[in-house]
Amino acid sequence: MTGLAMPKPDAATLARRAEIVADMKIIVPGEGVVDAVNGMRAFESDGLTAYRQLPLVVVLPETTAQVARILKYCNDRNIRVVPRGSGTSLSGGALPLEDAVLLVMSRFNRILDIDYANRSVTAQPGVTNLGITHAVEQEGFYYAPDPSSQIACSIGGNVAENSGGVHCLKYGLTANNVLGIEMVLMDGQVLRLGGKHLDSEGYDLLGVMTGSEGLLGVVTEVTVRILKRPEAARALLIGFPSSEEAGQCVADIIGACIIPGGMEMMDGPAIRAAEDFVHAGYPLDVEALLIVELDGPGPEIDHLIGQVEAIAARNGSTACRISTSEEERLIFWAGRKAAFPAVGRISPDYYCMDGTIPRKELPRVLAGMREMSQRYGLGVANVFHAGDGNLHPLILYDANRPGELEKAEAFGSDILRLCVEVGGVLTGEHGVGVEKRDLMGTMFTEDDLDHQMRVKCAFDPNHLLNPGKVFPQLRRCAEMGRMHVHKGQMPFPDIPRF
Amino acid sequence: MTTFTPTTSAEVLEAVRWAAGEGEPVEIVGHGSKRGIGRPLQTEHAVDCSGLSGVTLYEPEELVLSARAGTPVAEIEKLLSERHQEFAFEPMDYGPLLGGEAGRGTIGGLLSANLAGPRRLKAGAARDHILGIHAVSGRGEAFKSGGRVVKNVTGYDLSKVMAGAWGTLAVLTDVTFKVLPRSETETTLALRGLTEEQAVAAMAAAMGSSAEVSAAAHLPETVTGKVLDGALSSRASTLLRVEGFGPSVTYRTEMLKHLFSMLEIDAIDETPSRTLWRQVRDVTPFADGTARPVWRVSMAPSDGHRMVMALRMQVAVDAFYDWQGGLVWLRMEGECEAATLRALVKRHGGGHATLVRASFSERVAVPVFEPQPAALAALAARLKTEFDPKAILNPGRMAAAHAVAGADRHATGG
Repeated sequence: MTGLAMPKPDAATLARRAEIVADMKIIVPGEGVVDAVNGMRAFESDGLTAYRQLPLVVVLPETTAQVARILKYCNDRNIRVVPRGSGTSLSGGALPLEDAVLLVMSRFNRILDIDYANRSVTAQPGVTNLGITHAVEQEGFYYAPDPSSQIACSIGGNVAENSGGVHCLKYGLTANNVLGIEMVLMDGQVLRLGGKHLDSEGYDLLGVMTGSEGLLGVVTEVTVRILKRPEAARALLIGFPSSEEAGQCVADIIGACIIPGGMEMMDGPAIRAAEDFVHAGYPLDVEALLIVELDGPGPEIDHLIGQVEAIAARNGSTACRISTSEEERLIFWAGRKAAFPAVGRISPDYYCMDGTIPRKELPRVLAGMREMSQRYGLGVANVFHAGDGNLHPLILYDANRPGELEKAEAFGSDILRLCVEVGGVLTGEHGVGVEKRDLMGTMFTEDDLDHQMRVKCAFDPNHLLNPGKVFPQLRRCAEMGRMHVHKGQMPFPDIPRF
Repeated sequence: MTTFTPTTSAEVLEAVRWAAGEGEPVEIVGHGSKRGIGRPLQTEHAVDCSGLSGVTLYEPEELVLSARAGTPVAEIEKLLSERHQEFAFEPMDYGPLLGGEAGRGTIGGLLSANLAGPRRLKAGAARDHILGIHAVSGRGEAFKSGGRVVKNVTGYDLSKVMAGAWGTLAVLTDVTFKVLPRSETETTLALRGLTEEQAVAAMAAAMGSSAEVSAAAHLPETVTGKVLDGALSSRASTLLRVEGFGPSVTYRTEMLKHLFSMLEIDAIDETPSRTLWRQVRDVTPFADGTARPVWRVSMAPSDGHRMVMALRMQVAVDAFYDWQGGLVWLRMEGECEAATLRALVKRHGGGHATLVRASFSERVAVPVFEPQPAALAALAARLKTEFDPKAILNPGRMAAAHAVAGADRHATGG
């Protein structure tokens, strides 16, 4: 690991490993406990492969009761627990700890209820994102949030990370599409938040659970909203001489009250890498490429597509193709969807970042990245969820060259600091995890972070669930509990009083 | 009795620090338009945030607006409409239902009550559109969460925790919302004369079609005459709204007419349609100037009418439905009948019932917000204690147990 400090392993727990493994085998009989090093190897990292660590033991429960027993057992004995879904996190959210039970939810893989009248699906958390759509597509329905890992990522992991995707400008993030969950607290209590009805009777705990990165509880069931598939979708592929013009085109489309289903931008290096890889017919003489997808009823698309084309032309587009068939639309997308592996072909390694910025700051941020690229001597390619300002710079490096990974990480941190500086945030959809943990201070004050941690204290006061993630330093809940008391004078005594 | 009237977030911080230092409970109030909702407070002091006013950032092309928490919602909505934008969640106005004027309410109150409207089904509630907040917790500490961009998973989403917390965790000082283009036009179809069961099936079919229906309500016979000055006469009306660009609205309206070709259908044009949905949103049929109890019940869309049918066997009640049948507005003819109603909600699939209009004495005697199962109530109480250990912010408004300072509650086991 490159300079990443994780919580010090608890010697007492490590010493009791054999006993803990035996007890786990009692709670989860059969094949549900993996304790051999070779078997645990498969779980030593998630999608952020630069960080690896073998866990204490891997446990794969099948029922909520087992999850509750495992958590209570660990809570009572002060044993840490790291939950894991499919392990596709790009921020190290599921990175194991040496002294922690790795709680793998992949055997929770059943769809429990499909309710078309209420447009909801209830699934176990290990069901994949795409698995939900597959379960309802014969009736013309789908689940809208579509992270690019949707073929593998689990719906429980989507809740933990508040996953997005290319369609979230129009259809929202996971948080906007989850209706309810069943979850287990670290002390083993089972709770239900929400259901098929809307909103909460009390505090919006479902809202704070979504995106809490496995630090507050373990999700054991998820109810999501499903939508009728739009009648049609067509895409425009538009090339511009620079990202400034492309960015203004995006602003003008929204300014014309058009909210496309998807709006993606790629810069020159990303366009060329993608075109070399999938031959989607992308123009190679442009420095910015926009994919604008309009979805909905046919007549609506017909009505808007010409408007978008005209807006693009006014902003100096040098190439514009409109898909005339479903096949062609998918070809437009093929390059964008393969952008990461395409970049993987032109560089031995790449490091994917995930800041979000106010869209209008795009030229400034891209210029900053060009400068950094020269300074660090590393290339960078950009793909960008243009509608919502979520940037994915891919930093190109070679891990076999001594010092390059560290340089790539420093480059990435500089990009994220710039995102915050222009009014944006550290992470749009990949999560903080371990990766951005130590940058939290660039965005938040100590009081900001303390209030986040106070939520943690209400859910898991002993910091046993997924410690070392999200927060740069763990502070004991009891210590944080002290109040700064300002006893004395009435404030601003000159204000009107009644 | 002291009322603080801060005009800056620093003054809010000062006021809360004083209250925390003294252990003096304070009522947090904006315009007071929703003051009648919740368990009555017994505080000697108040923090009136209505002077903390003004839009601080509005960038239409970035779909973002920030304002100080005391900014009038009406002022913001006017500003948005000048740029053909709106809050897509269609925040309701409780004023007339609670016997007050229309058009009052602050943006901080809007978030604290997690307001929504008929478009809740498609576009969500305030919780789904809040991007960031600045606030002062009951600890007398200022903090922020979120930001000004739509896609953001940096740290816990404390903005959502503020949505629907009714000022019991922190005093909001600044809020940032996502805004969206307003639809070019709209049409509403009224399916006439359906029973509640038929209406719920029709609404489910409409919402499950590709007509992109943006609101689905059912006004039974007793209610249908109380909107649009009686233009819908006394036959039950099942209302389906289609919004968007002109050609698209025409096409989708035809799609729905085809879907329901066996039924009698009236089409309601844009102007009356906008009025109609504002009346559904603001519960105009029950804004009768009385204090008769009104409940807001959220259930699965297919369950609401079954609960109502069972309730009618036991008590005199008038009802209508929004959100495809999942939001039930109930006006009781006599007592609020909390226990009877909540038992039926539970029996018919679950959800929650909030007593939004009731006399002072009923609000003292009956839990206004749906009581939670023990483990969940304990978690909520711990969250309250973490943010407001001395129980100084709107203490007890949501749950009586929260009126007691955290340490004392733990000591007594309550």
